[in-house]
Amino acid sequence: MLKDDPLARVLYVDLSRRRFWVEERRELFEECLGGTGVAVRLLEEECPTGADPLGPENPIILAVGPLAGLFPMASKTVAMFKSPHTGNLGESHCGGRSAVSLRLAGYGAIVIRGLSPSPVYLVIDGETVQFRDGAALWGVRSSYTVGSVLRDHTAASGLRTIMRIGRAGERCVTYACVIAETYRHFGRLGLGAVFGSKRLKALVISGRRSLPVKDRKAYREAYDAIFKAATGSPLMQKYHELGTALNVLPLNEIGALPTRNLQLARFEGAEAISGERLAREYLGRRLACAHCPVACIHLAALRIPHPREPYFYKTSMLSYDHEPIYALGSMLGGSDVSGMFMLLDEAEILGLDAMSTGVVLAWATEAQEKGLLSQSETGGLTLRWGDYPSYIEAVRRIVSQPGDFYRSLARGVEYAASLYGGADFALAFGGNEMPGYHTGPGAHLTYLTGALHSHLDSAGYALDQKMAVEGITPTPEGVAQALLAEERWRQVLGSLSVCFFARGVYTPEAALHSLAAAGFELTADELNSLGQDTLRRKYAFKLREGFDPAALRVPRRILETPSPLGRLDEDFIRQAVARFAAEVREG
Amino acid sequence: MSKRLSVIDVDRCVGCQSCMFACARRLGEGGLAASCIGVRSQGGMRRGFVVIVCRACSDPPCARVCPTDALTPRSGGGVRLRHELCIGCGNCAAACPFGAVFWDRAQSKPQICVYCGYCAAYCPYDVLALEEIAQEVADAQR
Repeated sequence: MLKDDPLARVLYVDLSRRRFWVEERRELFEECLGGTGVAVRLLEEECPTGADPLGPENPIILAVGPLAGLFPMASKTVAMFKSPHTGNLGESHCGGRSAVSLRLAGYGAIVIRGLSPSPVYLVIDGETVQFRDGAALWGVRSSYTVGSVLRDHTAASGLRTIMRIGRAGERCVTYACVIAETYRHFGRLGLGAVFGSKRLKALVISGRRSLPVKDRKAYREAYDAIFKAATGSPLMQKYHELGTALNVLPLNEIGALPTRNLQLARFEGAEAISGERLAREYLGRRLACAHCPVACIHLAALRIPHPREPYFYKTSMLSYDHEPIYALGSMLGGSDVSGMFMLLDEAEILGLDAMSTGVVLAWATEAQEKGLLSQSETGGLTLRWGDYPSYIEAVRRIVSQPGDFYRSLARGVEYAASLYGGADFALAFGGNEMPGYHTGPGAHLTYLTGALHSHLDSAGYALDQKMAVEGITPTPEGVAQALLAEERWRQVLGSLSVCFFARGVYTPEAALHSLAAAGFELTADELNSLGQDTLRRKYAFKLREGFDPAALRVPRRILETPSPLGRLDEDFIRQAVARFAAEVREG
Repeated sequence: MSKRLSVIDVDRCVGCQSCMFACARRLGEGGLAASCIGVRSQGGMRRGFVVIVCRACSDPPCARVCPTDALTPRSGGGVRLRHELCIGCGNCAAACPFGAVFWDRAQSKPQICVYCGYCAAYCPYDVLALEEIAQEVADAQR
């Protein structure tokens, strides 16, 4: 690590006492690089065993890696916390301008502790940290309004990140997200509720520091190699053209697109919500995260007529991706695209994770169909597949919580099913709602074994598709090994705070080359052991907080609905989980 | 003929800021302190972006308000900066209606585009280009 690199500086903020200070943590960053590697160490230091995820003892840790601000696509900030949604390890990655702003403000990580006595938002501009009164912003109906107020009241346009929560975060819905730059999110596992529990409405970070490099010429060469790979790669080109929504049709074709709460894996309305169709009829703009030439963010322009008054319209710009399309589209059996976008708009206004929201609504629809819920429980609301006006009303109630039923939905599908039944079709894994892939055993094993119960942990959906194409018969050992290797390597990418979409560009060689230019001399073995150690630490935290791989619930529904690799077998899944869990602990 | 940096199609800008980083990297630096380009949203990214570059005016207001002649008009348009004459008064930054005079906070001196075009090579979507300044444009501005 270069001696004048500000990466080693950790900003500590105590919301209870309204104090802040900076500590030099050089050894920590030299050993763990940054991002996930550093964040898990800080979480070990900060989060006491058995901490209440919504209590003042739960820390918010934000960390970036050495490549942020130096290389393209090192654009993610890693957040770590104890999740109020799963009651266990919480980690979420967000792009936008977050990573560049944090790094160029002159920090490698920020640790936020305590509980503010009253609503507050933090403005961090380089060395300056301000605690600003957030009382007037608390309770504002729309997160968009909060964003525009903060844009007007803070400096450094173009160089700042504006992270904020909506009403869902204030009301501690356990899958509330944190929104950054309007279109990116710390989406999963409820960081928004942790913000809300601390009365922290927003966090604005800006900076435009210079960063040192080891050797100017070598830096430019390493940069050009990454930049060329990023702009020349066919996969990156696809992300730029259609975005992740390009996955909708291929997944539907192979029968892997969860539909109507995964009663089916093919959706008759897939074409209407496909990336191709949305690009043709709705695409209004494409955006990039700071320092990423790929620009995978796709905004739909949605013209919404006023419900009563003629000639009144609003035009919303909504960011779409495969996951929200799956969760709020096919999973809810909806092919009314404007309805789907209006539901997404409401989720954004309230600050809810779109993925968990969709799965919760899908479970509630099926539970109601099966007669598990009475009209008095739902407050007279009838949910039907594809009926968006009812879904929009339901998400409002998830946030306003006018009764036990909606209060239970605000804690996710696992909890709601524990009260009302229907666990067989409650699609959560380790407490986290299912992502949009029913490709085979790999996908579901990622959801079960992944440290965050997220498709991004180890991308089993990609493994499934590879096995299908190559005609490989999956074995529990084979799948467990492949997922473990992938999840370990992703800890390295997370420590560099590189976007996972860039995993094909940041090969081990490219990562080492870029790190060398940033003044980090490592070997490939050292990089691999960092990945292995980071994952082992994440698992150790999970076990400490009560995670038991053998007790994981396998929702019956995933065994009933055939996948492209055939019907899934519970024994196979259990064996693979056991194998994975045994190995990760030794790592 | 003099050259200048032009924003040829701002509607194609995705806000990746690759140009800003390129400008700093030209000097071998990471980060953005040395950058003489600004890309920001037009009040929310849904509206698109503003790309701030020095337009290389033929009668540059920044040079007109410089009390020490540290900034002088360049032949064909734009300005040249002589650091040793600059007293860091900031008049130039205030005078530029585009905000294209950036500020080196450490040195307390302006940072202005040198019209090298290094950034344009890193714009993936052809928003920026280094162009010859057409004589008629220069004449009209004068």
